[in-house]
Amino acid sequence: MPPVDVDATVIANARLSSDYSVLSLAAPEVGKRTQPGQFVMVKPAGVTDPLLRRPFSVFEVLRTDNGDVTGVSILNKRAGRSTRKLYELEPGDVVSCLGPLGVPFRPVLAPMEAWMVAGGVGLAPFATLAQALAAARTPATLFYGARTAAELFYLDFFESLGATLVLTTEDGGRGIRGRVTHPLETALQNVGPDGAMIYACGPEPMLEAVAKLARRYNQPSQVSVERVMGCGLGGCYSCVIAVKHGDEHANLVRSCITGPVFDGAELVWES
Amino acid sequence: MTPDLSVTLGTLTLPNPLIAASGCFGYGLEYEHVVDLASLGGVVSKGLFMKERQGHPPPRIVETPAGMINAIGLQGIGVHRFVKEKLPLLRAAGARTFVNVCGTTLDEYVEVSKVLSQADGIAAIELNISCPNIKEGGIQFGCSLNGTYDVVSAVKKATHLPVIPKLTPNVTDVASFARAAEDAGADAVSLVNTFLAMAIDVETRRPKISNVMGGLSGPAIRPIAVRMVWECYQLVKIPIIGMGGIGDARDALEFMIAGAAAVQIGTQNFIDPFVWSKVLDGLAEYLTRHNLSKLSDVIGTFDPTPPKAVHA
Repeated sequence: MPPVDVDATVIANARLSSDYSVLSLAAPEVGKRTQPGQFVMVKPAGVTDPLLRRPFSVFEVLRTDNGDVTGVSILNKRAGRSTRKLYELEPGDVVSCLGPLGVPFRPVLAPMEAWMVAGGVGLAPFATLAQALAAARTPATLFYGARTAAELFYLDFFESLGATLVLTTEDGGRGIRGRVTHPLETALQNVGPDGAMIYACGPEPMLEAVAKLARRYNQPSQVSVERVMGCGLGGCYSCVIAVKHGDEHANLVRSCITGPVFDGAELVWES
Repeated sequence: MTPDLSVTLGTLTLPNPLIAASGCFGYGLEYEHVVDLASLGGVVSKGLFMKERQGHPPPRIVETPAGMINAIGLQGIGVHRFVKEKLPLLRAAGARTFVNVCGTTLDEYVEVSKVLSQADGIAAIELNISCPNIKEGGIQFGCSLNGTYDVVSAVKKATHLPVIPKLTPNVTDVASFARAAEDAGADAVSLVNTFLAMAIDVETRRPKISNVMGGLSGPAIRPIAVRMVWECYQLVKIPIIGMGGIGDARDALEFMIAGAAAVQIGTQNFIDPFVWSKVLDGLAEYLTRHNLSKLSDVIGTFDPTPPKAVHA
């Protein structure tokens, strides 16, 4: 279905910490169309600062108690001018919201397991994926790493869907101290015969490490990347990433329309 | 009465003056699911060389106040793949297709234009002699009056298609370049391409994009572009396609009143892919409000009488 552009009213902007908020938007037409892993292009409406929209994975599809879709939320982390402005929005403010965009995750079915690997704000696409996996009764594990215990969010939500949680923090304040790739590698060493589909979203060095681990242990992976993006529709050629199929030479492809979800084995890392 | 938004560019008649700018609309087909390509005055393809190009490494863009700097580096599929894979679909969609032609040498401009001349369904060639982001070709023609004259003359001899050189603003006197293009037989000129620019991350003291320098576009450049269109309009008789930060009907009218026969929309398409119908509605509303039957009647009607010093 084609994307729609909505002048969406802010329903709520729940500050989870001094950096993170969940921005809920009245955009039912976007929500109805969204599949797990897709994204929206967002900016405060009617201003030239910021000028361009920024890409955000859809975090939640919002519904009434009756199940009617009312909108979407995004998980916003203050990092630059645009995300600072989004953090400061209040209910009643209006944002331009274009979407859903991009290639969604491909779900897997039992007996294969689904392992979601999230780093920081990379948690965003996994709320809707975890719901889809739970609905399909696929066994799911969330490997979730953050800087501190205070930046591990929505744990009850994932637990209520039956996902197993493996948590890491850089300071050791909760879960395992260190990087999320460490418990992932331990798990890969003991993966069952039916295998696991590894889904990853987070900082690019983490994505590279996850994709390489998945390859080393012969498991498939789906990696959601984030590049500096201008339009979200394939028009500007800003958000390119190197992809290699088999023996072909690497090509720069647009992560907005060929991704943002890629087969981790096909991505060529620049580092 | 339905207002007449049609405009003419030499031998071409367009149903309205809104053209999608090169490099801001992919090959057009990317936007087929959000806008009816036939409803636009035209679509300009991404710049094409003879061969495919990978372009610059990312990051390729950075936002700046009311604008953006890009150095994509003319990533593209090459003219042969364009003719084979994209052109038939553009034709089927009813698009009026302008092809942006690039070259690293004068011969390459001629060769690409010859390939296009043998294809069906191309409205015109836009000669890219103004991309600030590649080392060879392009701007070395666009920044020299002789170079501009030579490349336009050579391409005119090689094709029956209308030839529209796209001029760079990174020169002292853009109107003299429009004149050189006109003298060489250009059917129209389009202006402006982007302004050479750079942005620095003060924390790391490194550039914000991989190519260090890039081209500035968006609302930030609009007043300079309007001035340049007005300067060219006073010096040349061939039609001018104006562009630079157009985001709404008022902006488009500003260019047309300054002398542009048609306009291109680029950066705004990134911000709002549904911009086209909004601008068309605004143009029709303007004609009604000013009791005009034809949009083409506003072209070049700028009145340089100084404005009143007080608010009305």
